Amino acid sequence: MSVPVAAAGHSVSAAVPETLNREAPVEILPVKALPVVAVIVAAVIAAIGTNSRWALDFFHVAGGGIWTALDLFLGFVLGPILGRLSIPARVELTKRLMPKLVLIIPVLVTMTLAAGFQLARYNGMLDTSFPRHTWVVASFAVVGVMAVIAIGLLEPANIAVLFELRKPQPNPAVIEKLMRRFIFTAGITGAMQIGTLIIMTRLAS
Amino acid sequence: MIAPEQKAWADRKVPPVTGLWMLSLALIAGGVSYLAAYLPKRAPLAPAVGLLAASAIVLGIGVVLLARQREFAWTRFRQVAGWTFLAYVVIAGMIEYAFIYDHTRGAVLVVMTLMLLVFMLAPPLLVGFTVARFQHTS
Repeated sequence: MSVPVAAAGHSVSAAVPETLNREAPVEILPVKALPVVAVIVAAVIAAIGTNSRWALDFFHVAGGGIWTALDLFLGFVLGPILGRLSIPARVELTKRLMPKLVLIIPVLVTMTLAAGFQLARYNGMLDTSFPRHTWVVASFAVVGVMAVIAIGLLEPANIAVLFELRKPQPNPAVIEKLMRRFIFTAGITGAMQIGTLIIMTRLAS
Repeated sequence: MIAPEQKAWADRKVPPVTGLWMLSLALIAGGVSYLAAYLPKRAPLAPAVGLLAASAIVLGIGVVLLARQREFAWTRFRQVAGWTFLAYVVIAGMIEYAFIYDHTRGAVLVVMTLMLLVFMLAPPLLVGFTVARFQHTS
């Protein structure tokens, strides 16, 4: 999961700024994707408002599955690959990947948690009399830890690296530090997702 | 290769506000989980109030530590934290609406709303700080 910048033999001050100066500035937020986000959020609100069992199941299961897979992929597959790339290649990948994640991850988290909470209400799982209520409370704890990591470390690192990449001469040490933090925290939340999978399958079986 | 001055800039010392604000968020998450664990019954409020107070104090300590920084990109901090705050106002507004829609009333509503207030403040501070700490002041 480490992202050692020094592995590359390129001169960053020569390679990176030239590349960046030639190209369009890095986008922090992909504005074109906002209508898609609005549609998904509206659909989640409609599912909650109508208490549609299928729609709540869909958003919770689909959102949770994609969120888990993405976290595991980032932390355990893409992270090590990113660490072995040359610095310019790493910067190019980061420039294209991170703006998308600024939208994708919060949307997945919102649809999974909002639909999941409503589903738990609907199924009576929130009630203390529910036989496996302990598992529900355990899921609150796991989600709480993941939320603190995501809000406190992962999302700020994501946005900060994009601001660094917008500079005429990005500092590779800053990019390395932030990307290491991003990939490391994605790995931690990915590992915690396995705990969530155990809890959820216990609840569903 | 990374130049030593670039590495020094990335690693320069800053107040431990990220840890403090994450702790503040964790205390809020603990308080919300505690209250939610009792649903639909009403949980004893004292532990939740304690967690809320501790969270607010830790958040405030972080703000004071950051406010004492002279060499800091305050303009960038305000810009990023401001936009993030706007997003979190919308999120918190929706959550508050859900509380009221679900007939949360009285002291529980007050505690939940105050927790929401801390939740609304910490993430913009965290994002603004993480971005601004790597920006030059000049």
